[in-house]
Amino acid sequence: MTKRQLSALRSAFPHTIPVLTGYLVLGIAYGILMQTKGYGPLWSGLMSAIAFCGSMQYAAITLLTTVFDPLQAFFLSLMVNARHLFYGVSMLKKYAGLGALRPLLIWWLTDETFSVLCTVEVPEGVERGPFYFWVSFLNYCYWVGGTLVGGLFGSLLTFNTTGMDFALTALFVVLFIEQLKDKQQRISGLVGLVCTVAALAVFGADRMVIAAMVLILVCLLAGRRKLCI
Amino acid sequence: MHLTPLQTLVTILVIALGTAVTRYLPFLLFPQEKEPPRFIRDLTTLLPPAVMGLLVVYCLKGVSLTAAPYGIPELIGVAVTAGLHLWRRNTLLSIAAGTVVYMVLVQFVFV
Repeated sequence: MTKRQLSALRSAFPHTIPVLTGYLVLGIAYGILMQTKGYGPLWSGLMSAIAFCGSMQYAAITLLTTVFDPLQAFFLSLMVNARHLFYGVSMLKKYAGLGALRPLLIWWLTDETFSVLCTVEVPEGVERGPFYFWVSFLNYCYWVGGTLVGGLFGSLLTFNTTGMDFALTALFVVLFIEQLKDKQQRISGLVGLVCTVAALAVFGADRMVIAAMVLILVCLLAGRRKLCI
Repeated sequence: MHLTPLQTLVTILVIALGTAVTRYLPFLLFPQEKEPPRFIRDLTTLLPPAVMGLLVVYCLKGVSLTAAPYGIPELIGVAVTAGLHLWRRNTLLSIAAGTVVYMVLVQFVFV
């Protein structure tokens, strides 16, 4: 490994430790769950490796255990993953000019990778591309690795991991606080909280995300001339 | 396993395709060679804090406030994480402490 890659890896790894905790727990749980439905580590690993979409993979277990309906599967994955659209818009500038790395980084965008990369500043002396690469790639490995461990050795686990997935909630809480540096960001953060709580109250836990996204979009677009000078 | 191997493979591929569409679409609509319209540039700066707020609520969406333990473990876990972070600004410390407190609460206190 070249020196610049190594220094990027060294500075990227600490930022991924909370994700490591959460992804291992949830990935292992996913591998175990798939195994109990008759899908071994090859299937669960394939799903994690090419779809790589956390909560949608859990939702897809129902799709794999009922009637074959690829059209429904396609539209469900569009809807459950619609929040990625916001990540893309947020990362347009950061991911510009990274050449062949760019499509990979886009493919590896998850809630957690996006949250870390849009909040954390690339450390001084470290190149942007390799830093983004290592955060994204490590997180990807944690998820796929967790899935395989769950599928292969899930039955041997005796450690009680209940509640460990709270690491991801805590990660979002911390990165949310980190995002609130100036007034413009505080207002936007508040808009995000209020709109999502409202969407949750009106539409319920299963259908809240798209409603919340629309509400946030309307509020931010309406107020953008006041917020962005 | 309820689907045939081929049906399973197709389902996985279709889910991967749907997910890829949501990931690549913004980058295809606003290619890097062209300056994106003003409202998209505004959203690029405004969205991140709002999305983080969305994700915090999204993570807690399954918590019931009307049945025991009334979301108390989550409230304490978030409060410990946020309080510690505002005080010490140490990401790993805040997350580790919040998670451990939450695990103790759900495994031993609110069983």
